[in-house]
This record gives sequence, structure tokens and C-alpha cells, in this order.
Amino acid sequence: MAQTLVNVPKKARRGDVIEIKTLMSHIMETGYRRTAAGDIVPRDIITSFTCRFNGEEIFRADLFPAIAANPYLAFFTVATESGKFDFEWIGDKGFLETASAQITVE
Amino acid sequence: MAMRNTTSTTRRKFLHIVAGSAVAGAIPVVSTRPAEATPAMLTAAIRNVVGEAPVRAGKVKLDIPPLVENGNTVPMMVSVASPMTAEDHVKSIHVFNEKNPQPNIGNFHLGPRAGRAQVATRIRLADSQKVVAIARLSDGSFWSATVDVVVTLAACTDEVL
Repeated sequence: MAQTLVNVPKKARRGDVIEIKTLMSHIMETGYRRTAAGDIVPRDIITSFTCRFNGEEIFRADLFPAIAANPYLAFFTVATESGKFDFEWIGDKGFLETASAQITVE
Repeated sequence: MAMRNTTSTTRRKFLHIVAGSAVAGAIPVVSTRPAEATPAMLTAAIRNVVGEAPVRAGKVKLDIPPLVENGNTVPMMVSVASPMTAEDHVKSIHVFNEKNPQPNIGNFHLGPRAGRAQVATRIRLADSQKVVAIARLSDGSFWSATVDVVVTLAACTDEVL
């Protein structure tokens, strides 16, 4: 079970630009490293991250092996109404993790 | 195997360039070099995204330390000067590198709802090299920023013990 950390303000005023920070524990194995025996360590990375607000996609990222282990992503959105953010990480070897956060907009 | 160090830029030259930019107040170096100077893989990766459209330097700010001790985790922030309205906003930000095994670092898709065109993450750099950020605007134009980064300890692409 992967560890997930999501940072969303609990409250915001309508129209505020808010920052969302996410951290997902993942090795992000590049697929370019070798074992002592000379075999390539197979790639195992998160390839896609999506953030939706009340079902609507507001941010998406395609990730490559050049993203550091335990991918950190910070981005912005406008607080329009109270609702729920859904986060989704998809990766190699069937990796799928989700998280969500509520926001109250006044 | 992982290093594609094929350019003629020597370490001495590189340090000289970076030292020059540090004197200029650590402002990201916007590349004015001709397209031929960039290695073929980087150029191909950029063409994949922008097609035949021209890419102009400007509007994009790429914040990345000019001197990195550990290439395994390098903080990076890209921001684009844009009002982020329905008529004029950033659609996506694409980040590339020159000398990692793969030229892509990440693609970030946003829209007018973002309010601010800014993305931060942490990246890996396998060598001292150039990092390029390109923004696609809603009017179809492309803007870029380029930063030269010196890495003292490269991201591990060597053997696992």
C-alpha cells in the first residue's frame, strides 16, 4: 500500500487561486539501471497523474523516468464552489492509487 | 550506456557559461543558440510536441538550481506569464532534457481553470545538461525557457549493488 500525501486548503474564498500539493510514495525505477549481474532492472514508474474537481479534470501530468522517486506535484486551481478533489496515479505493473480531499468555498 | 554525452561542450566551457549566468543574478539562461546545437533526440522530442510551429524564447520561467549536488532529486518549477482566461491561457507545459537516457521529463496539462500557470515537481538529471520547458498557449503559439544545470552527483543509472 503506497503512502499518499495530499495538501489542499480546507477553506477558500470564491475566486481564490489555491495551490494543491501531492506526494506519492513510489520507487520510480527508471528501467536503465542494472543489477550486479548485468540484468536491466525493469521499469516501474507512475506514468500518469490526474486531478479532478467534482468529476471535471482540472490537471493532468504524463510522467517519465526523469521524475524523481516519490513524485511530488504542485499546481494551482481556482476555488469556484465547495466540492471534492479526486486524485489518481496510474503506473506500470498495474499501479493504481487514488486520494480525495474536500474544500469549502465561501 | 546511459550517458549520451556527444556534444562538444567541454566541462570547462560549461562551467564558464554557468558562472556567467550566476553573475547575471541567477536569471535562467534563455538559449539563443541555433537549433543545430541541440542534440537530435531533444530536438525530435520537442518536434513531437510542437510539430512545425516556431518556438519563441520568453514568457516561460524555468526555476531550477544552476548547481545541483544530487541529480537524483532536483526541485524544478515552471511558470508561464499568462492571464489564464478562457481566451488566453496555457494549455500545456512540456519539460525536456538533453542528456538523460530519455529526452522527456514530464507533460503537464492545465487550462483556464488553473488560475495560475505554474507547476512544480522534482526531477532526475543524469549529467550536467540543458533543461528546456515549452508552453503551449491557447492561441497555438509555443514559448520556451532553457536553463543550463551543472550536476555534481549524477542520478543513478549505474549498476545496482
